[in-house]
Amino acid sequence: MRLHELSAARIAGGVRSGEFSAQEVLKAFLSRIERDEPRVRAFLALFGEQALEAARAVDAKRAAGDPLGALAGVPVALKDNILVKGVETTCASKILRGHRSAYDAHVVERLRAADAVPLGKTNMDEFAMGSSTENSAFFKTANPWDTGRVPGGSSGGSAAAVAAGFAPLALGSDTGGSIRQPAAFCGVVGLKPTYGLVSRYGLVAFASSLDQIGPLSRTVEDAALALSVIAGHDARDTTSATAAPEAALKSGRGLSGLRVGLPKEYFVSGLDAEVEKSVREAIAALERLGARAVEISLPHTRYALSSYYIIAPSEASSNLARFDGVRYGLRAGEAASLEQLYERTRGQGFGPEVKRRIMLGTYALSSGYYDAYYAKAQRVRTLIARDFERVFAESVDLIAAPTTPTPPFRLGEKLDDPLSMYLSDVFTIPSNMAGNASLSIPCGLTAGGLPIGLQLIGGRFKEGLLLGAARALEAERPFPRLEAAA
Amino acid sequence: MERVGPAAGMTTKTDYEMVVGLEVHCQLATRTKLFCACGTDGFGETANTRVCPVCTGQPGTLPVLNKRAVELAFQAALALDCRLAEESVFARKNYFYPDLPKAYQISQYERPFSTDGGLDVALKDGRVKRVRIHRVHLEEDAGKLLHEIGSKRLDYSLVDFNRGGAPLIEIVSEPDLRSSEEAYAYLTALKEVLQHAGCSRCDMEKGEMRCDANVSLRARGRGELGTRAELKNLNSFKGVKDALEYEFRRQAALLDSGRRVVQETRLWDAQRQETRSMRSKEEAHDYRYFPDPDLAPLRAAPEWVAALKASLPELPAAKRQRFQSQHALSAYDASVLASDRELAEYFERALSGLPGGAKTLANLVINELLGKLNAEKMTAGRCPVPAESLGELARLVQAGTLSSKGAKDVLARMWESGKPAAVLVAELGVSQVSDDAQLRDWIEQALRAQPQAAADLKSGKERAIGSLVGVVMKLSKGKANPARVNVLIKEAVSR
Repeated sequence: MRLHELSAARIAGGVRSGEFSAQEVLKAFLSRIERDEPRVRAFLALFGEQALEAARAVDAKRAAGDPLGALAGVPVALKDNILVKGVETTCASKILRGHRSAYDAHVVERLRAADAVPLGKTNMDEFAMGSSTENSAFFKTANPWDTGRVPGGSSGGSAAAVAAGFAPLALGSDTGGSIRQPAAFCGVVGLKPTYGLVSRYGLVAFASSLDQIGPLSRTVEDAALALSVIAGHDARDTTSATAAPEAALKSGRGLSGLRVGLPKEYFVSGLDAEVEKSVREAIAALERLGARAVEISLPHTRYALSSYYIIAPSEASSNLARFDGVRYGLRAGEAASLEQLYERTRGQGFGPEVKRRIMLGTYALSSGYYDAYYAKAQRVRTLIARDFERVFAESVDLIAAPTTPTPPFRLGEKLDDPLSMYLSDVFTIPSNMAGNASLSIPCGLTAGGLPIGLQLIGGRFKEGLLLGAARALEAERPFPRLEAAA
Repeated sequence: MERVGPAAGMTTKTDYEMVVGLEVHCQLATRTKLFCACGTDGFGETANTRVCPVCTGQPGTLPVLNKRAVELAFQAALALDCRLAEESVFARKNYFYPDLPKAYQISQYERPFSTDGGLDVALKDGRVKRVRIHRVHLEEDAGKLLHEIGSKRLDYSLVDFNRGGAPLIEIVSEPDLRSSEEAYAYLTALKEVLQHAGCSRCDMEKGEMRCDANVSLRARGRGELGTRAELKNLNSFKGVKDALEYEFRRQAALLDSGRRVVQETRLWDAQRQETRSMRSKEEAHDYRYFPDPDLAPLRAAPEWVAALKASLPELPAAKRQRFQSQHALSAYDASVLASDRELAEYFERALSGLPGGAKTLANLVINELLGKLNAEKMTAGRCPVPAESLGELARLVQAGTLSSKGAKDVLARMWESGKPAAVLVAELGVSQVSDDAQLRDWIEQALRAQPQAAADLKSGKERAIGSLVGVVMKLSKGKANPARVNVLIKEAVSR
């Protein structure tokens, strides 16, 4: 049996039943990593001995007859902005190199409680700012489908790890599309939960009002399984929802009778022809499964990107101010004054994209500009959220659209053109602005063999509905696995 | 840096009026910090022993609001007669400093939880002045930088986060104060109210109460305000008073010589007794305030506010009133006893079971006990003499068993031994003789010994009674009840 090809659900079942051990599972994935990681470079760090210990503990638990959790023995890759106690968390930034976390993130506690095996930390755009993982301060990650192309970002390492068979499951974070866009580029499932469904405690903040942790997996079932483990209220994050999770996790009823909205603002010029064709085919499949497609309008969509680039950098400029060289992480030496300590530490520690966004945000929040920028962007955000509320209240159950305007682009292609890079998230950002549930599911390949993603967007706490629809689609149109394609 | 230091009592060309508004920070009397579970008892303890990932700004941490801090803050605002907002918003105040671990302070900005209050301040001349409170808001404290160890100056700085994240309220007054004395009286009244309400201990030595002052001058009678200076580092009530007086002289000298006051922040140097420019308006920080996305707006349900209001203890002003009306105390006695909650509680406990004895008890507390407490820097709550024992002592004085001199001696022994009053009276043999037969016997002897005084008294020279009483006291070894002796001497000579 090729253990590394099994889904997380299947692995957990096999470990629980004793069909194979957690250690065997871990070894299978480690050997895949050993074989292909030099080509892909998905991981910033592998846990090695610590992972082995966790797997052994799971096996020991079983041997002792103790019940095992929902992710028994499942190796999980973690984006490097999620804290694991005693382990380096760098956010792929020089400013945090060497910084070991003092505690486990809430999601890591949940994974451990479910008997999962944390496997390693994955590469990302520095502080989750970027759409290609090329902004990592350490190295670039390749798209396993075509190593000349980007895996997307910012959770590019997590998406690449799942696509390459390094782990059945990974966690990423999504602020403007950072789970869904790399999931689409790497041909895996990526779920951005409703804002507040998963605790942010232990996630290094980029833009606090937008950030959500979510799973990347090869199957829809695995995404649902992972969500059921990490979702739920956490008293340490007061923005985490108290009552909603139960409804959110209730499994959907498939597609029969569902009204699926096709927002005309998402099918516009600039949308790659192959992407559009593939997405429309997927929508046709949804209809065959009993859904009814209706064209809708989300008129404020076109303001989403620009208002996002006010709000996210504003929050980031404040969130990243704590990296000052005083308490942890990089401290530039030889500073003659306090100002110099700050300037040098931050000057040397942050990469160009992070600096760009800190400056954007600092400017937008400045006295005299606040109303024109930040306050106005927040009002636009309200309008975007109302667009969604209106269509969900009036005409549709969920929305189908492309996840990205293009297939994965080449390494280096957009690195010197931030605006074109930002456009890569034009279809994913509105869901973050509204706090909606949203996922990307692979829906086809380009003629050149590159993955394309279909985005399904639901209202707040409609994860169950989305996952149910995605599962039906997955069964109807099985997506080619990288194994088969390669 | 300017050095203007005209002598106190300077004469100015123009009759200037000082206009002062105060910003006072008080630490709320909670057990834990505002956004984490670390203790607030870190003052004087080893540095960085009251810290956790949250209050040291570790990556990935989030604030969780302390409910008790909110209750105390709201009670403080209620005690200051403020209007409470049904919804208020936490905002981030962004600036870099090593004592601020997140590089922003969680505070409130555009939407504080309370506004439009007022505090009645008793002035020296007996007037009561209403000082308007502009707003009260909730925020977290910063840590503390250390630049020396003992007397050794360091060429680096150390930071202690024990205090970082402690809950503060900032109370901003309107510019209603007109002199350094008024500022002093306002601070005194504020401290009384907050201590009484149990919201803050206001211990300035521990930094639990800190004050900044905005001060400007204008020609008396003019309406518009002059350019103000903000004074910082005023570490005591006296510091506030001294700094304001210095600033009055500095600004008056500038204005008199036709120069302008510059809007700036100035630091008070208590050693040199002067203010120094710290930063100009142009150098002022842009704090880039924005609503903290990690914290939902703070909503105050009306029922919850009503319950807080109901649980608010009696405040000093009401207590003063009640002490005068209920216990028939003088305004002075009432204000001394009501100024401190523990003292007032002690007094009322001692008074129970002592009908009509309020004045006697007040004299004992104010003239004897308070001096001892102050000398030992002790609050009434920690007084070694139980309130009930002091009540008993007052009863003995009231009954004439004990002279006030005797009461003083007994109290001193009570303080040390903790023994009940009656036991000590017997031990010390200080009980007073009020038995008329014995007193008349001594009086007869005195009249015989001092015939001239007896004659003078008989002819209406009231003052002559003194030497007769003196003889009786001598004969009685000080134990005769002087009040009764006075009465009986008059009886004797009028026969």
